[in-house]
Amino acid sequence: MLLLGPLGFAAPWVLGALVALPVLWVILRAMPPAPRRIVFPGVALLAGLADCNPVAQRTPWWLLLLRLAAVAALILAFAGPVWKPVRQAPADGPLLVVMDAGYAAAPDWSARQTRADRALADAAADGRPAALLLADGQADAVLAFQPADSLRAGLRGAQPVSWPSTLPEDAQAALADAPEGRLSTLWLADGTDYANRPAWLQALADRGPVTVVPPSRPLRTLSLAEGETPSLTLRAIDDAAPTIEAIGPDPQGIERALATLTPGDPSVHEGLTVRPVAIDLPPELRNRITRFQVQAEGHAGAVVLADDRVRRRKVGLVGDPADQAEGQRLLAQTHYLRQALAPTTDLVEGALGDVLDTAPDVIILADQVQLAETPELADWVQQGGLLIRFAGPRMAGYDRLMEEPLLPVAPRQGGRDIGGALSWGDPRGLAPFPADGPFAGLTLPDEVTVRAQLMAQPSPDLSERTIASLSDGTPLITRDRNGQGQVVLVHVTANAEWSNLPLSGLFVRMMERLVATARLSPSEEAAEDRVQPFWTPQTVLDGFGRPADPTDLVPVAAEDLDRGPGPGHPAGIYVAGERRQALNAGGPFTLADWPGATVEDVRATPGRDLKGLLLAAAALMLALDALGSVMVARGGRRGGGAALVLLLALMPAPRVSAQEIDADLARAADEVALAYIITGDSRVDEASEQGLWGLSLALRQRTSVEPGRPIGIDLDQDDLSLLTFLYWPVTESQPAPSPQAYLRLNDFLRSGGMILFDTRDGDVTGVGGPDMSGALRRLAAPLDIPPLAPVPDDHVLTRTFYLLSDFPGRWQGNPVWLEAPPLTAETEAGAPFRQLNDGVSPVVIGGNSWAEAWAVDDDGYSVFPIGSGWEGEQQREMAYRFGINLIMYVLTGNYKSDQVHVPALLDRLRIEEILAP
Amino acid sequence: MSLSPVDLRARAEAASGHLPGLILSAERLAAMVAPGAHGLRRAGPGEDFWQYRPAAQGDTARSIDWRRSARSDAQFVRDREAQTAQSAAIWLSRNPGMDFAGGPDRPTKAERGRLLALAVGMLMLRGGEKVALLGQPPRAGRLQAERLAEGLLAPGDTNPAAALRPQMRVVVLSDFLSDPSWVQALLTQAASLGTMGVLLQVLDPDEATFPYDGAVEFRAPAGGMRHDSRDAGGLRDAYLRRLADRQDWVAAQARQAGWQFGTHLSDADPVEALGWLWQALGQGTR
Repeated sequence: MLLLGPLGFAAPWVLGALVALPVLWVILRAMPPAPRRIVFPGVALLAGLADCNPVAQRTPWWLLLLRLAAVAALILAFAGPVWKPVRQAPADGPLLVVMDAGYAAAPDWSARQTRADRALADAAADGRPAALLLADGQADAVLAFQPADSLRAGLRGAQPVSWPSTLPEDAQAALADAPEGRLSTLWLADGTDYANRPAWLQALADRGPVTVVPPSRPLRTLSLAEGETPSLTLRAIDDAAPTIEAIGPDPQGIERALATLTPGDPSVHEGLTVRPVAIDLPPELRNRITRFQVQAEGHAGAVVLADDRVRRRKVGLVGDPADQAEGQRLLAQTHYLRQALAPTTDLVEGALGDVLDTAPDVIILADQVQLAETPELADWVQQGGLLIRFAGPRMAGYDRLMEEPLLPVAPRQGGRDIGGALSWGDPRGLAPFPADGPFAGLTLPDEVTVRAQLMAQPSPDLSERTIASLSDGTPLITRDRNGQGQVVLVHVTANAEWSNLPLSGLFVRMMERLVATARLSPSEEAAEDRVQPFWTPQTVLDGFGRPADPTDLVPVAAEDLDRGPGPGHPAGIYVAGERRQALNAGGPFTLADWPGATVEDVRATPGRDLKGLLLAAAALMLALDALGSVMVARGGRRGGGAALVLLLALMPAPRVSAQEIDADLARAADEVALAYIITGDSRVDEASEQGLWGLSLALRQRTSVEPGRPIGIDLDQDDLSLLTFLYWPVTESQPAPSPQAYLRLNDFLRSGGMILFDTRDGDVTGVGGPDMSGALRRLAAPLDIPPLAPVPDDHVLTRTFYLLSDFPGRWQGNPVWLEAPPLTAETEAGAPFRQLNDGVSPVVIGGNSWAEAWAVDDDGYSVFPIGSGWEGEQQREMAYRFGINLIMYVLTGNYKSDQVHVPALLDRLRIEEILAP
Repeated sequence: MSLSPVDLRARAEAASGHLPGLILSAERLAAMVAPGAHGLRRAGPGEDFWQYRPAAQGDTARSIDWRRSARSDAQFVRDREAQTAQSAAIWLSRNPGMDFAGGPDRPTKAERGRLLALAVGMLMLRGGEKVALLGQPPRAGRLQAERLAEGLLAPGDTNPAAALRPQMRVVVLSDFLSDPSWVQALLTQAASLGTMGVLLQVLDPDEATFPYDGAVEFRAPAGGMRHDSRDAGGLRDAYLRRLADRQDWVAAQARQAGWQFGTHLSDADPVEALGWLWQALGQGTR
């Protein structure tokens, strides 16, 4: 590499081509411009004439300079120029690339890969053997040094893991196969300290120079802080306080950030900034959360998977009303339960009905029998609730205890007194908990004894249902699954009356365990080794904190799990029987120091490659040269034009401003306002306005269409593209719209609009007198109107909202015309309607003067009288129904002719048929 | 640019509208071959009755008007008034070079030539002459103007010398830039037939001033001929000299044959050229 100041050249010999530039200068200079071609009839007169001054036109100096600069840029580009290249000390020995591959390395993993790849590429270029050591705890015991090129594919495929970086135990053994020569080491560190690192660093520093590439991003981890109220802890190298996202399925089942948590005040601890993060969320929300993640941190350490520890159950507590005096509170069963559960759960107390209404996860009944809401409670259990019942004097004394529902076992009435004054024997202690039960692993305090208990009827499945028993084998706690839920019976009281269990810490933990089993899908008991529980991975995280399926992982022994994530048991959710446990990678970490190693400055750029820039510049100059050549060839006459074109091409395109739309029309489009055509006859226009307003009011009252104030349309000026419905009263005096207006009208009709033509002559038409048909023909002739037919009985217009047979307005009995149904439409056997699915009629033509029937004044009174008395009002009602049907037809098209609605309509018709005669 | 015959005629009428009717001087009427519209106040071949004269020796029996002779004893011969029309022929060069126009604001030379040809033809028609394109039978009357216009727009070139007939007036419109041998042939033939005429050179201003500079490759419109120049500006003087020589040569040839020669630039007012043509047609025969 040739270095000229800050500029380096990878292929300096290419620069020799610069010598050719002066030659190019001469050649380009002598090159005449292309002659213009001119057709000229007088050529014959020119024949034989010699140029009296045949000097070739010189290429203009600026064009020449441009071309030379372009060629020079090309030559420089191919010489591989690098701005401020990395100066590397010459090394000849083998190269070892150590890559920390724990979760802390994940955020800038690709940058690490690039850096390692560069080192390997350099080593390959120098022919040095190399080895790649991934500190993911899965490396071979002895490092194999190979040609560097063969390692690069493996490097590209390497992924970070979701546990801390781990190096093999014995550095010396691992390096046994290293070739002769000074071993130079490139260590891509993740910034954390871990077990074998100092030993490795020492071993490597002894063999040669060690260059350490520190991480480019500050590490932040998130961990779960144990405690009565679970909270999170954020540890960061820097002072930043990123927010924490709580992620889980939303009510639609879509995984997304449900809430954002803000870290609290920082405290500095061993060089790390530690911030507590309170999970201050409503229980419904918190129970949805599947994981917490530091925002914008993509590694496993920034993810805390939520398991049973995070979720707070909502527990409904139903006991005797607490109306006792203060001194007797200690006698109440609910007191002990409340004390045990309040720190870890959300308690709801009250009568059973009230408790059920709050949809709790767990309901605890303290010595309750014969409850009124038993059916609801049974339903709730069926759907997955956990019902815990405590025995007591009331239950023991209940004479129909055998018939009491919602008990896991059939209890024997009366109970059993073991350690009382009138009984033989001593109070019994507890038997050790079964290893596969929910209480597995809890230690038994010696002082816990039971003096009285509720006995169960002996039955074959009694032992199967017993999850805790006394030392004599009689059941203490029994459980049965019921639907998706379960019912648990504690055979003693929840106060200190029958046993001192509620006074012990064991009671608290047992209750926690019990409550933690709530909302479990009914699953068979873990079939694994009953002595040694194994945890099956359900979801595991990769190094980037992304969930993955545990495809090739075997169940993990409990003691492995206790040591935190590692090879073979990555961070993730593990399941054993009905217990779920999250194994999270994040946690306390210590910062690494690097005695005896060279720490590379991360901010130093590896040199900027100028090749692309130079090539782009050369291309630009050649493009300019083409323009300039054209300019010269045109004799400079069009030069200004070319420059202008270039300038225009470089200028940003002006923003296209939105088309101006009349504010009133915009409102009409916004409110689905009905529109009428201004005819110029003020009486008719007012009737149209009032009529459409009346119809709009009817639509508002009866349907979900809520149109705003009607709008008058001036066909010659207004844009119709925003409207859906036009009411066009036909008058004799109306001037025909302009051709542009007809173009707009035809566009309107083609794009789904509808025009209701109203000739308003229903009182006079058909008797041979003058009517409006002439005016209608005159106005509508230029419109694209399909063939028309009177509304067939089965047209969808008769049933879009109301079932109609006639379409009266102020007049009635006149035919209403719309687009003729296709001739091919046939009635299917059994179907009451033809399938006229296609083609919504663009026009409806009639003469019933509907607007006058609909018209209401500002006070809401009808403006025009219809018929006489009740019949007239009936007709007005039918007119409104027609209007509503029509608007529905306009807005929903032929939706109602869908076969789906046929059964309902058939039923309706049948009922009407029965009622009719 | 293509004009419909109707268009061309309308323009030509506009151009020729204010000139007086062009009546060619009737020279050598005695020897007129074709009868025409001019009554010559003497007996001769014609269609109108002129006089009855007593039959003289030499009159054939067929020439005796028997109905007149029957009223008396003498034999009468029915003479008709000698009539003639000066016939004129127009020839417009259809050389591809005529389709040249130096700028978009100017008509091509062929367009200007057609306009002038039709205008002068209509002038003569208005004067009662028989007019045709050279090689077609001359006719009189307004309708002939239509035929002229159609003929002028029809493609195809003719050899003017071969179509010459005695005693016609010939209007020749060309740019006289290509090989001029046909001019000599035409004029020789015309002189031998006693045909008089006018040569009008229609040039584009670019051809008259040669406003080119720099490297230019000149091509003939028909292809074939080309001339490369690195310094077109330097050729200007030589070109203009050659053009003047060509004009002098054509003018000399015309003078020898008793013809007139004029030049018209296509950016000039066509009325000037029309006036000159009118004058030349009149003068040349006076």
